[in-house]
Amino acid sequence: MIGMITAAVVGCIGITVYGLLFGLVLQGVDRKCAARMQARYGPPLHQPFIDIAKLLCKDNIIPKNAVTSVFNAAPVIALAASITILLYLPIGSIAPVLGGWGDIILVLYLLTVPGLAMVAGGLASGSPYATVGSQREMVTMIAYELPLAIAIIAIAWRLNAAGVVDPFSLATIAQTPVWSVVGIPGIIGMLLLMVAMAWVTPAELSRVPCDTPEAETELCGGILVEYSGKNLALFTLSGAVKTVAMATLAVVLFLPWNLTWFVPLTGAAGIIADLVFFVVKVLLVVFFSVSLIRVGMARFRINHLVTFYWGYITLIGFAGLLLLVLDAVLGMGVVA
Amino acid sequence: MRLSPSFNRSLWVFHFNSGSCNGCDIEIVAALTPRYDPERFGIKLVGSPRHADVLLVTGPVVHDMADRLRRVYAQMPNPKVVMCIGSCGQSGGVFYDSYNLDGPVGDVIPVDIYVPGCAPRPEAIIDGVVKAIVLLESLEEKQ
Repeated sequence: MIGMITAAVVGCIGITVYGLLFGLVLQGVDRKCAARMQARYGPPLHQPFIDIAKLLCKDNIIPKNAVTSVFNAAPVIALAASITILLYLPIGSIAPVLGGWGDIILVLYLLTVPGLAMVAGGLASGSPYATVGSQREMVTMIAYELPLAIAIIAIAWRLNAAGVVDPFSLATIAQTPVWSVVGIPGIIGMLLLMVAMAWVTPAELSRVPCDTPEAETELCGGILVEYSGKNLALFTLSGAVKTVAMATLAVVLFLPWNLTWFVPLTGAAGIIADLVFFVVKVLLVVFFSVSLIRVGMARFRINHLVTFYWGYITLIGFAGLLLLVLDAVLGMGVVA
Repeated sequence: MRLSPSFNRSLWVFHFNSGSCNGCDIEIVAALTPRYDPERFGIKLVGSPRHADVLLVTGPVVHDMADRLRRVYAQMPNPKVVMCIGSCGQSGGVFYDSYNLDGPVGDVIPVDIYVPGCAPRPEAIIDGVVKAIVLLESLEEKQ
């Protein structure tokens, strides 16, 4: 019992450090990639670390008409929730620290917590810009949750139809790639779900074209308008960790292969090879669904965003779900 | 003041127009284009004074903007730097004898760096930022 608790505590501390460092590195890579695509040289890779160090040495202003407790609690809750998501996600071939205590549905719920904390913080900061930003964040969350849920449920349902035990557990999803279970219609369906997931990622992370709640040009920073210093640093870190979490989720759902499945490597060498391969997959996901979309597009207007996600992306998701169901009903691929 | 090397390498800029003719504002935007790419040095434009480290003021400060300028300056968290872009902010420029001026900028809020010109070229603005970083480094050594 004590051994289990010690392992969990050490794992939690390790995952926290890993999440913060890797999240900031990912942000640096994203900024560098975006800069190169715009024919710029771009900031150094460690620029996000410099930004955080600077924010931590600045004043932390709390506006007079803010609800101080909520205003200060929101960034802490956002960061804590983002790190908690990572505890349930497998990294390479390393099993999730708290894998036995929660499944992918819990991750789906936890993903909304940083957003809700930001909404609470925005509403508590007593600025009309932040209030408008909070309302937009809520609308955005309503818009992208449905396609995200469709993608996750469809994959878990197909695994269940194939007779896989415990299909909602993240360890199971990571161990049995859905691609090896489905037939031809299922593969088309999975590709459609992958498109839906690639578009949900920027919305979940509030990046361009879905940064409507922060909208620097018309809302002056929206939800974050009154945040400065330490609190702003915490929100930035929460965003960085959430980037890792979303990219890991996409990797687990759609690209779960490990190098050790193909190359006979054992022990520490195997774990390190899997980790390197995992980092490459995460970088690919971040490049395509964050950097590329961010550079290629302008910001959605809030009503366009809802139409886009509820209309097109949800339709794509439903088509993928139907193809996966068809796949199982027609008995193509593996069916129990 | 808690200055550190990371502060100099991550200056976030807030742009305030205190009644400028828009000439300097266009040059500031030109200085932020990929051609000059100030993000190399961590400089980026932010939308809220709460996030800002540097306040870029253009224009001669007309009567109605004086109080707003003071409030925006007060909203910025310490440590902070004020840069005045253009001749108007130094002396009033072509508007020097206007009935409507509360400026120049130096009479309303403390200014650290002046960039003269009507309008200053992007190179001059970037030189101003370099001077600001040199000033910050000397202050950092003294503290």
